[in-house]
Amino acid sequence: MEIVTSVLAGILFTTGIYNLLQKQMLRIIIGTALISHGAHLFILTMGKLKTGAPPILVEGIKEYTDPLPQALILTSIVISFGVTSLLLVLAYRASQINESDNMDELRGNENE
Amino acid sequence: MSNLVVLPILIPLISGIIAAFLHRKIGAVRIFSRLMAVINLGVAAYMGWFITQNGTIILETGGWKAPYGIILVGDTLSALLVLTTNVIATACVFYASRSLTNKQESFYFYTFFFLLITGVSGAFLTGDLFNLFVFFEVLLMASYALIVLGNGKIQLRESLKYVLLNLFSSMLFVTVVAFLYSVVGTVNMAQIAERVQEVEQKGVLTTIGILLFFVFGTKAALFPLYYWLPKSYIAPNPVVSALFGALLTKVGIYSIMRTFSIIFYHKTDVTHEMFIWIAAFTLLFGVIGALSTHNVKLIVAYNIIPAVGFMLLGIGLFNGTSMEGSVYYLVHDMIIKAALFLLVGAIAYLAGTSDLRKMNGLIHHYPVLGWLFLIASVTLAGIPPFSGFIGKLLLLQGAAQEERIIMIIVGLVTSLLILYSMIRIFIQGFWGEKDETIVPDKKAARSFTGPIAFLLVFSIFLGIGAEFVLPSVEDVSNSLLNPSSYIQSVLKE
Repeated sequence: MEIVTSVLAGILFTTGIYNLLQKQMLRIIIGTALISHGAHLFILTMGKLKTGAPPILVEGIKEYTDPLPQALILTSIVISFGVTSLLLVLAYRASQINESDNMDELRGNENE
Repeated sequence: MSNLVVLPILIPLISGIIAAFLHRKIGAVRIFSRLMAVINLGVAAYMGWFITQNGTIILETGGWKAPYGIILVGDTLSALLVLTTNVIATACVFYASRSLTNKQESFYFYTFFFLLITGVSGAFLTGDLFNLFVFFEVLLMASYALIVLGNGKIQLRESLKYVLLNLFSSMLFVTVVAFLYSVVGTVNMAQIAERVQEVEQKGVLTTIGILLFFVFGTKAALFPLYYWLPKSYIAPNPVVSALFGALLTKVGIYSIMRTFSIIFYHKTDVTHEMFIWIAAFTLLFGVIGALSTHNVKLIVAYNIIPAVGFMLLGIGLFNGTSMEGSVYYLVHDMIIKAALFLLVGAIAYLAGTSDLRKMNGLIHHYPVLGWLFLIASVTLAGIPPFSGFIGKLLLLQGAAQEERIIMIIVGLVTSLLILYSMIRIFIQGFWGEKDETIVPDKKAARSFTGPIAFLLVFSIFLGIGAEFVLPSVEDVSNSLLNPSSYIQSVLKE
């Protein structure tokens, strides 16, 4: 099972990086979202996908899944939510003021 | 008493929250922020004194035993860096009111400022790798807000790149933590170190180490990964640039110093050899960038890169003298970079331009600022009585011990070129005919001078009072080279 999720995380990373290298701002942001999905899936995989009950203490159950990666993912999800929403607003403002959403046109030394 | 170590994180956090409620009353928030910055400086100084007297402080947050809960570790290195951070924060908070417009100041500047300090202090004090990631995000989020504060056209353009790059490297950090967790099964740094020691760093751990270096190298602007830094650091207001230039890259260097001295130090022929070569390229390319431009702010921003290269050289050489040099240079460079960014900010404000070719004879109007700039320049280059000298001397001595002649030559040539790039600003901008068209703004110049002089006093003290500072630097270097003392004080076996 770990092999399948690792490959899936790999595909997410690849498509994410492909999108990061595009010119259009929105596609770049979609790329960052895909990469963060890949990273989160990866943490879950690396905590070993052994079968067991959800990590809630119930009497009579011996095998639980690892609770630590889940806590790490939850933290990381919230952080990447925050950054992504900031990035979306930033991209909106930047494309409004610079009158372009093409990263190629947002280069150079003018206005310094 | 171990709760002392959480105060440098807690005080700025609470101050930031209170400042958010006061943000419309500029006068009140100004006084409040200055007061809290000074209090925090005092607390950090007391913590530093306490740690030098009583040894490392370990705080197990929530009372959970070491590998299971999050721990905060206050050792000499952390204490030294937290103290330096607070010295810079105090100078910046006094500089801010003149440098920022009222609108920028009332738009939560002080909240983000304090959150940045929270993140930096937290990153210096934490003993847990995932917690380090969280504190990285705290300081990065505050820096995203500070870099766009003011909403200028260039700021929006450059901040987009800055945010994208940091978001990518943060996601990579999470991935590397996942890798490390799958191999060693813990995120506590002392326990990771212990377990890596047990298996003597087999191949996969070295790979993870290099990936971790890639993440921190992106934050610290090392050779192939520095392209984002110069332009995004000159976009925001000078006081924000000073905070960034002094603190952010140094958190990356601190993380490299920690992880590669307590965790990944078993295969130095792979990792540390790589550091030395990367350091050489970082030194050369950074200083070439500094020589390539006429923009005074950009010259100082490019000068961050060779300084980071010097510190990495010390970590790569990995002997007592070079580690001492690296730590000493780290502290020196944090202070001097803050001072230089504040200085060029003041110069660009007073001259009305940041283009060196349009400035002339500023010393006739602003003599104090001019001489302060000269002192800062020669300190940066490493002229003997000042603080840059001792750090570089120790680093080059360390290189001589390892018989790396090329590195000594690269280091010396870089120092010469740094001096040239800085003195060029002094000669072209300050010397020359008096420019009669400039109406001197003495009042602004005076309010700029105070915080800069405050920082330079510390810098000169680091140089002249080296005898006073060196014992604690030696102590830091010893504890970095003996990771077992760190592991034992955390895990208490």
